[in-house]
Amino acid sequence: MSDIADRVKKIVVEHLGVEEDKVVESASFIDDLGADSLDTVELVMAFEEEFGIEIPDDAAETIQTVGDAVTFIKGAV
Amino acid sequence: MFDLTGKTALVTGASGGIGGAIAQALHGAGATVALSGTREGPLNDLASALGDRAHVVPANLSNAEAAAGLIKDAAAAMGSVDILVNNAGITRDNLFMRMSDEEWSQVMDVNLTGVFRLSRAALRGMMKSRWGRIVNITSVVGATGNPGQGNYAAAKAGLVGMSKSLAYEVASRGITVNCVAPGFIATPMTDSLTDDQKGKILSQIPAGRMGTPEEIAAAVLYLASPEAAYVTGATLHVNGGMAMV
Repeated sequence: MSDIADRVKKIVVEHLGVEEDKVVESASFIDDLGADSLDTVELVMAFEEEFGIEIPDDAAETIQTVGDAVTFIKGAV
Repeated sequence: MFDLTGKTALVTGASGGIGGAIAQALHGAGATVALSGTREGPLNDLASALGDRAHVVPANLSNAEAAAGLIKDAAAAMGSVDILVNNAGITRDNLFMRMSDEEWSQVMDVNLTGVFRLSRAALRGMMKSRWGRIVNITSVVGATGNPGQGNYAAAKAGLVGMSKSLAYEVASRGITVNCVAPGFIATPMTDSLTDDQKGKILSQIPAGRMGTPEEIAAAVLYLASPEAAYVTGATLHVNGGMAMV
């Protein structure tokens, strides 16, 4: 899992201000990491920028956990 | 107070009297401004009168793609859009019973949907920089109604509800969303009124005179400033007491 997972993790830690060890694959942004709905929009924006990809709204809605994000980005880059 | 040095501002409808005064006020406070409108001539004139820190970005806001494109153009010219002043607006007055679907939807497209699209496109940059100001120019008739302006009054009242909802969503990100509601303002449009028409209007204004574009611009400058950081979801009425709401 690689580089993409590490970069995703770093963005999540920075953006949500959470402990690094809480950012595990199964962690839900909203339920486990304290994000609100606007935070999730901002995270998607940050992922788009970091990886140079575009995440459409319907795909963004399916990204609920750290693992979801990593999986989506791996398929998109 | 009200120093906008280093900030960037996009003003729509800048070819009109009020929009031009707003651009001038923001520029005078140190902001870099992007002037938008449909008529390039007056925009270029204003830009050259302002000198440095002024860019022209024409757009027709009745077109859906034009709104997102305008934010991109303005950001390309200035580096960012920190302040968005949605001033562009049109009227298609008619008695309600005679109003066509087209007259209704043209006004909605530009005055309400256009503002929605521009604001949505501008938010991304504002969210990232954790600072932003959206100032929507509404109208006293959005609060009071006006015969012959069912479409215009609906769009302006709609802006108030839209601004409040957006203000809720983005307040935690340092972005404020407010409205300025002008009353009767002396512009080329009101110059063409007859003395009789003017007399009737003035009799309803406690201040006894029409307002000036500069008086609207001053309200916008305040709401755009760092000093107004704690004001959001508000409508600032500038109408000489014509409607105290």
